[in-house]
Order: sequence, then structure tokens, then C-alpha cells
Amino acid sequence: MSSSSLRRSTAADALSVSIRDLSRSFGERRVLSGIDLEITAGEIVVLIGPSGCGKSTLLRHIGGLDSPTGGTIDIGGAPVTGLDARSAIAFQEPRLLPWRSITRNVEVGLPRGKRNRDDRDRVIELLDLVKLSASAHLRPREISGGMAQRVSLARALARRPGVLLLDEPFGALDALTRLAMQDLLLELHAVEPATIVIVTHDVDEALYLADRVILLGAIVPEDSSELLSIRSTVTVPGVRPRDRGSGDLAELRAELLEGLGVPTHHLSSQ
Amino acid sequence: MSTVRIRAVSPSNELHVLERPVVDNVEAVPAAISGSPRRRRRWGRATVLGAVIPIVLIVLWQTIATSGLVASYRLPTPLSVWAAGVDLYERGVLYQHVAISTQRVLVGFAVGSVVGLVLAAIVGLSTRVSELFAPTLGALRAVPSLAWVPLLGLYLGYGEDPKVALIAIGAFFPVYTTVASALRHVDAHLVELGRSYGYSGPALLSLVQLPAVVPAVISSLRLALAQAWLFLVAGELLGASLGLGYLLVDSQQNGRIDRLFLTIILLGLLGKITDTAVGVLERFLLKRWGS
Ligand SMILES: Nc1ncnc2c1ncn2[C@@H]1O[C@H](COP(=O)(O)OP(=O)(O)OP(=O)(O)O)[C@@H](O)[C@H]1O
Ligand SMILES: [Mg+2]
Repeated sequence: MSSSSLRRSTAADALSVSIRDLSRSFGERRVLSGIDLEITAGEIVVLIGPSGCGKSTLLRHIGGLDSPTGGTIDIGGAPVTGLDARSAIAFQEPRLLPWRSITRNVEVGLPRGKRNRDDRDRVIELLDLVKLSASAHLRPREISGGMAQRVSLARALARRPGVLLLDEPFGALDALTRLAMQDLLLELHAVEPATIVIVTHDVDEALYLADRVILLGAIVPEDSSELLSIRSTVTVPGVRPRDRGSGDLAELRAELLEGLGVPTHHLSSQ
Repeated sequence: MSTVRIRAVSPSNELHVLERPVVDNVEAVPAAISGSPRRRRRWGRATVLGAVIPIVLIVLWQTIATSGLVASYRLPTPLSVWAAGVDLYERGVLYQHVAISTQRVLVGFAVGSVVGLVLAAIVGLSTRVSELFAPTLGALRAVPSLAWVPLLGLYLGYGEDPKVALIAIGAFFPVYTTVASALRHVDAHLVELGRSYGYSGPALLSLVQLPAVVPAVISSLRLALAQAWLFLVAGELLGASLGLGYLLVDSQQNGRIDRLFLTIILLGLLGKITDTAVGVLERFLLKRWGS
């Protein structure tokens, strides 16, 4: 694995993210409201919640792709006012340019301006990391959905962002690749400690990756007294890499699943 | 005898039906994908096949024309058409007719499609500008283009300009309409992707929008070229002293049915040649920018 060379490269510093009283409405429809979230530099935060609750919307706000109807977002102490070079986003869809090869798609993620040898090496390295070296010359239509998602991840990593925003990055991967990619992400994070915000539907993935899991919830309109989009925040104990089968996490797992409205039939350990 | 059987075995592979034995037909499937010598052979085969119907038509034409079923002042023989061509060539006018018409088509096509591309880019990329221009251009487009002929004659006289202008009008609209709408329909997700990675303005244009519309540009150019030949003939029919359109009118008035046939065949050939040229460009560009 080429993580030794990654270690040599000068990683951008991880940046803190601070969200204060964020709200977003689309017309009459209130999607986010009263979001307060402090993310320390280098932390991995997982956003989880039912479909349509606003996870992608929150992520897009952090990346400066959407502007809030209320509240503020700071990255590294400076406000986000628009598209932001401090963060990089991997969208929920791979969004690859169909006329470019895989390599040239990853190059899109490099910082703009003159490209040098290091940049080219970086792309080769990233393709190796996401196990796509053999497919580097192919066009997007020639690769599978899971491969496309890995290209999108590599592209987001290319610019060494201070904040990495991943919207269901492993959603289209098969179970095995998914586990491998989770480990890869943690490995990368250990080498280049960016702040990472990940959206996922997978509770196990959340608990395996996160320092903190944020449970977002759909707002119930009649419950107007409490318009909070963050339903609960769970701090995951222990240090990574975590034991995937750990019994400690079973409680949290049940708690999150209950929060998502899934009956778990879990018997508390006492 | 074996060809009938082959057709029954692989109905989808008609290209190889007529002149190859069974064994060769089996390997012809990978030949489409790999190896340039094979591809060349396949291409050669397609050319041979494409020539079949024209040859049959000429033979049929010759047969009917010499059979006495149709009067010779209504249907010349292929040989007399050829002779008419040789005659015009030897008098040195054939080349002039062909050259001036080709020149008009190429200049008109170039002007019309460049203006079309520029306006399409402006209208397709900015909603504001589109709201300003699109209704007017739409209304102009609704005018049957030949209606411009008298006006062009009045404004530009009866030299080269009005003919080139008419051809340019004919070439402009397919390019403008197709490309402007293609630009407006470029995948918004990809545009957002480009912006989120720091691209904007011309850089974004060349990263996302331009490559995305390459196929539309090419097909619109092909259409524009066909339109250019159409408008050439219309323009020359209505007043010219040289050119293939003029040759049509002149031959009709002088009862030169052989020259009439010759001109029609020449127009077909020239149109096909220019279309093939754009086709070569298309293949090159799609290899680079196609998905
Ligand atoms: N541009 C927009 N215009 C109007 N409504 C929008 C827009 N973007 C998002 N929404 C609405 O906001 C809500 C949240 O959308 P979002 O994409 O953030 O959900 P999500 O939590 O990411 O869902 P999923 O898990 O299915 O991806 C949805 O109900 C959606 O209809
Ligand atoms: Mg989403």
C-alpha cells in the first residue's frame, strides 16, 4: 500500500466546523431547523436519519453549495459564504464526466491552477488506494456503480480538503468492498487527518467510523413547539479501529435503530 | 446458395450476408470490435455492399431507357448523361459550375454555423439573455427561409452575397436551435460538480458544457450542411448565371434532359462528399468527447 508516500505529502490541516442555529426552508417546506453542531478539527461525524430528513441538504450547506435561510456555518473560524475550497464533497451520485477517463475524472478534484508531478502522482496513488489502477483508462460507462463511487471518493480526496463531505459514499458498494472502503477511509484519516462528515443509512457503518453519530429527524409539523432537526447525538466510545462485533456498541446500535423507528427487539444487557 | 442459409442463421448480421461464406461470418462478429485490418476489411465490405443498389439502379435505368418504353426526351440513357458531363467538362464550364456552387455552400455554411454556434452559446448559457433573444429568434425561425429571397435580392443585389446569405440563413437555424437547447439541457448535476471543484466561467465551460454538447454540435452541423445544399439550389434557381442550380434551370429551358440528370447526380454526389467529410470529423470528435 502506498500510504507511506501519502504520509510524506503535506496534508492540509483539518478544520473545525461550527454550525449555529442553521435553518433551511424550500418555500413553505421547512427541511432543517435549529441545527447547532460543533465539529472539532479531525473529528469524524456521521449523519444518520430517515430518507428525506435533510442529510444531503445539511452537507451541501457545509460545502457552500446551498445557502441557509437562517443561521451560520464557519469552517476553521471563517464563515462559509459560497463554494469553498476548504471542503470537498462527494455527492450522493458519482457525477462523473462521461467523456473523461477515470484518471481524468479524479484529476478534476485536484486544486485548480498549474498541475505538477506531485499532482499526477497523487492521482495515481489515489486510484491505487481505491483499487482502480487497473481501470484507470476506462470511461465511466465502462465501470460499475460501486467503482464509480470509488472514483468520486478519490476525486474528493485529491485536493486534500480540510473538511471532507461524503454523501452516502459507500451506498452502492457490495458488502465486502464496503467494509474494505471503511477501513481505507479510516486509514487515510489516520494519515491525513481531515475533518470528515459522512452521511449514511447504515447504523453499523456509523458506529464503526464515527467519533459522534448525529441522528437527524423529520420534523413533525404539529409539534411546532420543538422544531429541532437534530434528534439526538451519540458519542461513540472507544478508539478506532473498533471491533465490528463489539458488544458495547450493541446498546448504541439499538438506540440508533430505535431513533430511526426500527423495532430492534433488543434486550438491554442488565 | 449458402447466402440464404446465412440469413436464416444470423438475421442481425445483414452486413455480411451477401458475399461471405459461413466460416468467415462467424469471425466477423469480433472483427467489428478489434483489430484494424479486420475493421478495414469490414469497411471495404460495407462499401461494396453500399455500391450494389446504385449499380442495380444504373443497370435498370439503362435497360428502361434503351427499351423504348419511355421517350428519350424524358429519360436519357446513363451513357448520354456521361457524355453530357464530358462535353461540359471539355468546354471548361463543368468545373466552374461545380466550383462556384461548392464555394457558395461552404462559405454560407461556415458563416451560418459559426453565427449559430456563437448565438447558441450566448442564449444557451444565460437564462437572462435567453429570455431576451429566444422569442425573437423563434419568430424569425418561423418565417419559411425562402421568403427572404426577394428581400435579400433587394438589399444585396444579385451577386454572390445574397446567395451566400441565404445559405447562411439555412445553415444557421439548425445549429442555433440544436446547440442552444443542448446547452440548456446539460446535466445540472455535472455543472454543480464543476462549480463545487472550483471551476467557473470559461474553465467550467470547457470542463462540462462544451464537451457535453459536442454530439449535438456535430449532428447540427450535419443538418446545417444538408440545409446549405438545399438553399444553394433554391438560391441559384431564382437567379444566377453560374452554378448547379442555374444549370438545372438552363437545362430545363433548353430541353437538355441529359444535363438535368447530370446536375441532379452531381448534387447528390457533392452532398454526399461533404456529408462524409463531416462524418469523419464526427468520428474523430466522438472518440475524444463521446461518452
Ligand atoms: N432544491 C430543493 N428544492 C426543494 N426541495 C428540496 C430541495 N433539495 C431538497 N429538498 C427537500 O428537502 C428534503 C431533504 O432532502 P435531502 O436530499 O437533504 O434528504 P436526505 O436526508 O439526504 O434523503 P436521502 O437519505 O433520501 O438521500 C426533501 O424532502 C427534499 O424534497
Ligand atoms: Mg441524501
